[in-house]
Parts: sequence; structure tokens; C-alpha cells
Amino acid sequence: MLAFILHRLLQGLLVMLVVALIAFTLFRFVGDPINQMVGLETSLEERARLRQQLGLDDAVVVQFGRFVWNALHFDFGNSFQFKKPVLDLIAERFPATIELALVSALLSLALGIPMGVYAALHRRVWLSQAILALSLVGISLPTFLVGILLIFIFSVSLGLLPSFGRGEVVQVGYWTTGLVTRSGLKAIILPATTLGLFQMALIVRLVRSEMLEVLRADYIRFARARGLASRAVHFGHALKNTLLPVITVAGLQLGSIIAFAIITETVFQWPGMGLLFLKAVQSADIPVMSAYLLLVAFIFVSINLIVDLLYAAVDPRIRIDARSG
Amino acid sequence: MLEATLFSRLASADLPKAEQPFNLVAIDVAGSPTEVCGGNCRWRLFVAAAEVPVGAAVAIARGHMKLGTALLILGLTLASAVMPARAATFRFAFQGDLRSLDPYSLNETFTHGLLANVYEGLIKRGRNLEIIPGLAERWEVLEPTRWRFHLRQGVKFQSGEEFTADDVLFSAERARAQGSDIKTRLPADAKVVKVDDHTVDFVLSGPNPILHYEWDTWFIISKKWAEANNSVMPQPTAGQQMSYAALHANGTGPFIITEHQAGVRTIFRPNPGWWGKPEHNFDEVVFTTIGNDATRVAALLSGEVDWIDPVPLQDIQRVNSSPAAHVMSGPELRTIFLGFDESRDELKRSDVKGKNPFKDARVRKAFYQAIDVEAIKSRVMRNLATPSALLISPLLFSRAPEFKRWPYDPEAARKLLADAGYPRGFEVEMDCPNDRYVNDEVICQAIAAMLARIGVRISANFQPKAKYFAKVTASGGYDTSFFLLGWTPNSLDSWNVLANLVACRDGRGAGQYNLGGYCNPQVEKLARSILVEIDAQKRDAMIAEAFKLIHEDVSHIPLHQQALVWGVSNKVKVVQRADNQIMFYWFRKE
Repeated sequence: MLAFILHRLLQGLLVMLVVALIAFTLFRFVGDPINQMVGLETSLEERARLRQQLGLDDAVVVQFGRFVWNALHFDFGNSFQFKKPVLDLIAERFPATIELALVSALLSLALGIPMGVYAALHRRVWLSQAILALSLVGISLPTFLVGILLIFIFSVSLGLLPSFGRGEVVQVGYWTTGLVTRSGLKAIILPATTLGLFQMALIVRLVRSEMLEVLRADYIRFARARGLASRAVHFGHALKNTLLPVITVAGLQLGSIIAFAIITETVFQWPGMGLLFLKAVQSADIPVMSAYLLLVAFIFVSINLIVDLLYAAVDPRIRIDARSG
Repeated sequence: MLEATLFSRLASADLPKAEQPFNLVAIDVAGSPTEVCGGNCRWRLFVAAAEVPVGAAVAIARGHMKLGTALLILGLTLASAVMPARAATFRFAFQGDLRSLDPYSLNETFTHGLLANVYEGLIKRGRNLEIIPGLAERWEVLEPTRWRFHLRQGVKFQSGEEFTADDVLFSAERARAQGSDIKTRLPADAKVVKVDDHTVDFVLSGPNPILHYEWDTWFIISKKWAEANNSVMPQPTAGQQMSYAALHANGTGPFIITEHQAGVRTIFRPNPGWWGKPEHNFDEVVFTTIGNDATRVAALLSGEVDWIDPVPLQDIQRVNSSPAAHVMSGPELRTIFLGFDESRDELKRSDVKGKNPFKDARVRKAFYQAIDVEAIKSRVMRNLATPSALLISPLLFSRAPEFKRWPYDPEAARKLLADAGYPRGFEVEMDCPNDRYVNDEVICQAIAAMLARIGVRISANFQPKAKYFAKVTASGGYDTSFFLLGWTPNSLDSWNVLANLVACRDGRGAGQYNLGGYCNPQVEKLARSILVEIDAQKRDAMIAEAFKLIHEDVSHIPLHQQALVWGVSNKVKVVQRADNQIMFYWFRKE
């Protein structure tokens, strides 16, 4: 087991190193950060001195080496645009993204599972067809369009919900939360719906097909034959067995919700990491970009690791494979 | 039992201290007040309900069941969402961030404009950009190289220190210190001499008629405050430590910054000790960044913000047709123009080999006359542009009306091109930003199509500003053959245009944005005299002569001044200044 974990950890490290390297090579193509940092009339010598201070003149290999070395010490440098330590900036923005991601994940589960179950149990009812159609829309409509549509309906036309921002937030230690204030709760509805729509559609379809599969299984037939109430059969036995793959997928999807909240955050001016990243790209803010990509890689790697470990704990076959291989 | 009533608004609520019953009065749809629960309201959520404003419908469910509570919460939450901004709170959104509160660390229009509500310079600029007294009450030129400024007395910084000559001396040092991005605000060799506590002399090495032109954004910083907070030096752009002054502001101006979250929002409150007379009626001003165009417009239309900049051209109609807001446009100072590589012997990116067609003024003029600037104005800019014959806005040069553009004439253009030896035209790459100026990319596409009619084939290299500027400016080795650029002279004066865009490049700052490397010794000579000429009329005559030379020479192709497009709520009255600095201390809200 220990060997298995170590093996996985090493793999994770390698993935992060590769991500950092690819990101770093790409950054040479985003433009000159100096132009974004100073006004137009700044003299050439001044610019040259800045370049030198920031080490932008060094070879990419040297810059990369320095970056990895500093990253090992949890030092990601200062943001070029805000002139603040990148870690502080990310720490400020982290809670916003996590809250958004969690709320939208919960929302997609809370709505997706019942809808999927319903669609599986009542296959020919019009409502099931409607649910499936909605899930198709959710999968195929691009996020920014959904966001703009929601803003148009709920903010501009109906004037019910705010179109941007996070509302009032409350500081709890290092964490800022918008989930305990009224304006914060209102503010999260539209972005969470936008971000969760795709996940919800995915879950609806997944639950439905898994449920249909399970309902055909022998033990369900036996349960019915024993005369169990259909409620007990459906929710006590069928749903339970359906949920295992759903939870796996939802867990893995959480990583991508966090990482790909960029578009939703941009549309709703949600002050999270995704917005920070996009701004960083626009102004060639290399330290922020590299730290963000590394963080996202880290989130993915850790979620995968946890899932792998859980699998190993649950399924003895994987442990045996790992030992023999 | 459960019953639901629709009320138009809540009249009053005695807020409970703890979980005690309290009274709540609401106005029903007919307009008469009703006690909602007879002095026996129990749910604390009623407290929140008290904030529900006039005009908002409140569905109040009464009952003794759990379900009643649930309905009540829903009704109140939705209804209170339409709560308009409090009358005296002004909220506004801009597409970019307020990056630093240290006015010396970034020389950028928006940053300086916003900070001008907090900090003040020795001079200020009025509604029409005219120079008016600021922290200096008056000034005089004792001799051409010695200016005397009489400082306003009894002015206090927001953290309490008195404003004196020492602060001016200190600010002059700080503006020219390493890490400052506003070094050009005053000459490097100018000496600042304290005469007494409220009089300061500026001793120059040569006459300079526009010494104080940019001082509206050379903000005076408190010496004592900076020293006490380890902010004597400007926050260096490449700094490792965030300086105190970059996150806190302490000016003498009409507003105080009470909260600043970089990139998220900034809150201003009026400065009760301000020396001037406030014209605004705000008790709070909230600035938010909204980067996404559609969201910014939506925020204005839904009344969440009172002012936005910019409104994308395609949304102008929508904003104007809404009952909540309107678009306010006016000419901006920035001039958009085209330029050519006139210095290399062979163009870097063209199919003409062995020579540079742009060294021939006839080719440049052919390009000029092939471009239908009126079509760009009406089709691309939706009439929100003013075609220009000069590289400077007519608002900034009194004799600008004397200049006329070369007429649009594709026939003449073809002939000029043939005379120059390119009867079939040629191919050249055009560099163009696509996220810097209003509709920049579309302008370039239109120009490519117009040039195609005289046989010039444009290969487009349109890219984001971060990449564009890295390529075409000095740091990229002026790697361009044909480009589009915009320029606003910081000093609001023609000399700045000549020095930056037209002067021969010397690698030490002169002609730094002369991307094409145009060089005309006659213009050089005039620029040197313009710099030191005190007599305004003579000076303008020389400026006109210089502009005439480059016009004849077609050094560049001026296109237009783009328009400012503000989205303004119908509830507020604003003052639009052509330099696009937002001075909300002139704004009012009903």
C-alpha cells in the first residue's frame, strides 16, 4: 500500500513539474509584461532596469529553475499588476472560487439526482422528456451565453438578483464568506446556476442511464418478486447502487468546476481565482499565471490521488494489482 | 393556518434585541398601514425585511406553521433584491482595475483620475481642462527660469498633518526618485526651493512655458505620513514588498478612501475637512471593476451601478432606449493614427525587396488618400469619432481648425502609387491591437479593404495589446512596417506630441513612440524652439509650422479622435471631461 501511495505521489509531482514547464514556455508568447506595468512615457533605461530587476532578461531555463526553486519554498513572487505577493492575492481570491464551486456542485447534485431518478422511473412521461431536453441544453449551451441570459432575465428584466460581484462578505479568520449575508446569498445564485448547469445536465444523464441499468439487474427483480414496495426497491436498493459512479464522477468534476470557473467568474465579475487568472493573462502577469496553473494542477492531482486511494481502500483488486505490478 | 398578504412596502419595525417578540407595520396595496403580527412578530428575519424600500412588493405570509416561515423568507429575499442604491451612494464601474493607490507608481489616466478625488496637485484642471488653482493659490514667473508658487494655507491632509512647503519639496524628490513612474512631471534638473512655509520656488535650467501643465496629476504627498509609514520611496514597479502607500491613501482632496481591495472594489467617503466647497451630495462612493462588457451594461440597466465606462458601441441603442439610463458621449483627447516604417532600407514584412516604399512621401500620401475616414466614422465608429487632420485633438491646439485632411480620392491615390513605381501596388503586413482602442481591429480591417482598392494587399497581424506593444515599441525593436496607434499627450500640449511621436529617435527617450522612425531636421529645430518659447502666440505659430511640415510630408495618417462613451443612470448628473478622468466630486445624485 505504501509503495502504491509513493508511486502515486511521485507521479503527481511529475505532472505538476510538467504543467509548470509547459506554462512557463507558453508565457513567452503572452507579450511583454513591462509594457503593462508602466505608463507610456516611461523611459527606455527605466524599462531596461525593470526588466533586469525582474530577471526577464535571463534565459528561460534560468527563469524556470528559479521559479521551481522558489515554488519549493512556497514563494511565488509578486504580481506584476498589483505588486502584491501572489500567495496573498490567491489566498484572497481562493474562498470566492471555492464557495462558488461548492455551491454549484451541491446545486447540481441536489437538482440533478432527483431529476435523473424521475427520468429513469417514468420514461414516457412528458416531464422526463422535458428534463432530458433541458439536460441537452445544459450540455450544449456555452457557459458565457447561459450567464448573460440569466443576467438579462433576472437582473435587467426582473430586477431580482444582482448581475455582478459577491455581495457583502464576512471575514472569518483567513476565509471570507458570502454565504451568511443576504446580499451574498443573492449574489451567488446566478453564477452558481451558470457554473452548475453543465454538471447538473451531466448528472441527470448519468443517473438516468445508471438507474436504468440497475433496474434491469437481477437483485432488483428478486426484490420485486419478494413483494417489496416499489418505493423501497427504487430508493433503498436501486438508487444506492446507482450513486457510486455518480459520486466518483461528481468528485472528479469538482476539480474542473474549480479550474474552469474562469468564464463564469468573468461574466459575473466574481472576485475569484479565475478572474484573477484571466486578468493576469491580459496583462502578462507571469507570476500569477504560473502560480494559478500550478495550484490547479495541484488540485487535480490531489483529487485524483484521493479517488485512487479510496478505490484502493474499497476495491481489493487494485491493491493486489499494485503489489504485483 | 396560513394566510399570505401582498404589501407594497414595510413602514416600520421595532428591531428586537434578542429573540423577543416585536412589532412590524407594513403598508398594504391600498396604501394604509397594517400591523403584520400585532406586536408579536417572532422571526428575526423581519429585521432584514425592515430594509425593504419604498415601492418593493413584499409578500408576507402569516401563520403558525413551519411552512409559513419558509414562505416568508422567500418573499422577503426576492422583494428586497430590488432595493435601489441609497440616495447618497454613488456606485460606478469601469472596465479596468485601480491597481495601486500610490499615485507615483503608475502613470495611467484612470488611476490618476480616480486618485484625483483623494489627492491634489499644486494646480487642478477645471471642467474644460483649463488650469485652475489647486494646492497653490496662485503663482508667478519671476524670471523665465524661476517660478514662484504660493501655497494654500490651512489645508490639512486626511490623517491630520498640515500641508506646507516641506511636503512640496518632499513630493518633488519622491516624483523623481527611483521607482517613480511620473518622472516626467517635472524636469530632472529643476531645483525646488523653500522660501517660507507657504511659498516655493522652482528654479529651472532653461525657460519652460509648460512647466506646470501636468501638475494636476503630480499629487502632493504628506512628508510626515510617508516617513512614518515607510513610504518615502514610491512603490517600485518591480518591488518585492508592498508599500504602505500602495494600499492606503492620504491626500488633501474631497474624498477619503476607506476600503480598498485591489481588483475588486474601493470605497470612498467625503472628507469633512476638505478646504473646498463640495458640489456632490454623496456620503459614499463605491467603485467596482466589471471587465465583461455585457455584464457592465446589465449592471447599469438594472440600477446596480450609476455610471459605467465604457459602453460598447453596439449597446448604445439599448442603453438609450432603457428608462433607467442614457449614454453620454463627447470627444476624447486621444488621437488614433496610422504610421509607416520610414527608417529601414527594406521593409521587414513586405514583398517589396531591396527598398522601402514608405520612404517615398508619394506612397504615404497614396495610402492617406485611399482611406475613406468618413466611412470609418459612420460605419465602424457609429458616428462616435471626429476625423482629424492632426496628431493632436483640436481641443488642445487653438489653430487646429486651419488644418484640413488630404481629401479621400482613390483615383489620385492610384496615380501617386503608380508615379512612385508601384502601379500594381504591393503587399505589406499591418500591426494592429485588438483590445486597446475603440473598435481598433475593425478599423484596421476596414483600412485593409480600402487599401485593397488601390492594389495594396494587407496581411493582417491583429493581436492583443500585451503582444502588440511588445512587438512594435522600443522593447520589441520597433518591429513593424505599418501600424495603428493612439496617443494622448499627458501635458495636453502639442510639444508632447512632437517629442514623442515625431522627433527623430535618439534611443534616450526622444521619439520613443515614433515607431516608424520618421525624422525631419526642420521639425526637430522647431520643436527645440517650441520647448523654450514663453510667448504663447509665437509658440502656437511655430507649432502650426511644425504640424504643417509633417502634414505635407505625410509622416503619419491621423484618423480620428474616438469618443468617450459613458453610461449614466438617469438619477445622476455628471460632468464629462475630455481627458476621461472621472471627477465624482462634481457629480450629484437625486
